Amino acid sequence: MKRPMTITEKIIAAHAGAEYVAPGDIVKVPVDTALANDITAPLAIRVFRETGREMVFDPDRIVLVADHFVPNKDIASAQQVKTVREFAAKLGIRHYYEPGRGGVEHVILPEKGLVTPGELIIGADSHTCTYGALGAFSTGVGSTDLGVVMATGRTWLKVPATIKVNYTGRPGAWIGGKDLILYTIGILGVEGANYRALEFGGPALKHLSMDNRFTICNMAVEAGAKNGIMEADEITLAYLKDRSSKSPMVFRSDPEALYERILNIDAASLEPQVALPHSPDRVKAVSQVGRVNLDQVFIGSCTNGRLGDLEIAASLLTGRKASTRLIVLPGSSEVYLDAIKKGIIETFVKAGAVVGPPSCGPCLGGHLGILADGEKALSTTNRNFLGRMGHPGSEVYLAGPAVAAASAVLGRIAGPEEI
Amino acid sequence: MILEGTAWKFGDNVDTDLIIPARFLNVSDAEELGHHCFEDLRPGFEGLVKSGDIIVAGKNFGCGSSREHAPLAIKAAGINLVIAASFARIFYRNSFNIGLPLLECPEGSFDQGERLKANLKTGEITDVSKEKSFQAKPLPDFMNAILDAGGLVALVKAKGIL
Repeated sequence: MKRPMTITEKIIAAHAGAEYVAPGDIVKVPVDTALANDITAPLAIRVFRETGREMVFDPDRIVLVADHFVPNKDIASAQQVKTVREFAAKLGIRHYYEPGRGGVEHVILPEKGLVTPGELIIGADSHTCTYGALGAFSTGVGSTDLGVVMATGRTWLKVPATIKVNYTGRPGAWIGGKDLILYTIGILGVEGANYRALEFGGPALKHLSMDNRFTICNMAVEAGAKNGIMEADEITLAYLKDRSSKSPMVFRSDPEALYERILNIDAASLEPQVALPHSPDRVKAVSQVGRVNLDQVFIGSCTNGRLGDLEIAASLLTGRKASTRLIVLPGSSEVYLDAIKKGIIETFVKAGAVVGPPSCGPCLGGHLGILADGEKALSTTNRNFLGRMGHPGSEVYLAGPAVAAASAVLGRIAGPEEI
Repeated sequence: MILEGTAWKFGDNVDTDLIIPARFLNVSDAEELGHHCFEDLRPGFEGLVKSGDIIVAGKNFGCGSSREHAPLAIKAAGINLVIAASFARIFYRNSFNIGLPLLECPEGSFDQGERLKANLKTGEITDVSKEKSFQAKPLPDFMNAILDAGGLVALVKAKGIL
């Protein structure tokens, strides 16, 4: 009899050449795509060189993105990007993206059709779990693991047990992927899914665009998860249609698959959610946060820097003025151009926002919007650890684009219904 | 292998931004990273740590980003071993890959400044100051193989393939 498996187990088994894998098994697997950025690639390149290899396993399966400290914020950052650029050129890696050609890694890989359902992706960035939204197994590692993947095309994995999250009901007008995932992390805690797969499903997903789905899988790691994943459906396939020439391998969890835990969350009853300093699991409904005056609002990042996010924010900012500093960084050149065509950038600028280049910059306190001592920010990013966006005496609140726009207008944390 | 050193105590959910703030990630030189280890959380940490000292922490140590700069900074600061109730998974892989051993010991209870002795093979941790012993989870065979080889790169070089 065939033993049932989850989607995560099936993708790993297919890559391991095994009929069946179970949680806890350690398997060695070939990698479909390996990813690194300007922070993690320089170390991975050093490791690759230490392996003694002359060539990478497949130059077309390696993606290098300069996105964290770009446009280069200082001389040291420029040196790091130069290292990555020269490595890509020397080894014939054509998927190398700099500002103007790309954007934030987890926004551009799906955009450029570099990830398809059923694939196994390893990235030297913790938010590599984003691509699970396309029905792929995708996980973050460090630079040594990535350097070894670049050399051998292989990695080792411990098969994770799976926690299933069922979203039911139709999400309200202002409820997006960020609200669902923040609420979920609030239940699970920052360690609640450590070493586990987080499988998102349920009837609410059919009401969520790919942009919202990327946001959900993006933050699986904030609950400690190895990967976030969703089964590909017609929305996924429609998204891929004009982007990727690769044929998708659609895997689905067996009905009898074993889950370590199942969470049922009624999306219809959710209010917009906010994570309070200094942890992504300190989550409250926006109406329960109380009065928090803000100095800065940031809209962007691999979590909420896609066109759908900017559209929601712009719809609330039309004809209004921000009363905080408002920084908007579209997630990619494609998002930027689409936003220009739709008049969204004009809306932001008229609302008093500064619209900058696609970059991870402010999310990790790199550049383009650092906080001073005592300042409070609301950000559409994924982490609000102590000092994450600047001075250790600053505070970061996390929310989706609707709360971000409403809060920018009112100068305090506010839900979209308040304006 | 027996490791002995003085304990530096940390709490739960110590994230990689606390271990090495992102503003220092514009370099990847381990020694330079070590100078900024725990700079915001415990200013002056690097100057106070003695080579061979041990970090003891609560649950989910190393959560957050995938930056390998975090275990590199800890190791370069002089720390030889991290003992925690649990570790975030990317940090766990990264640490073994760069040769920083970790022991997972949910039952452990250690205080700042105590003298600790740990056996990596058996997982026995002795609080020399208090004359008390704790049993850490034994390392999985695969992690032992990486440690024995001298890191993941050495393992791949020795075997030719992963």
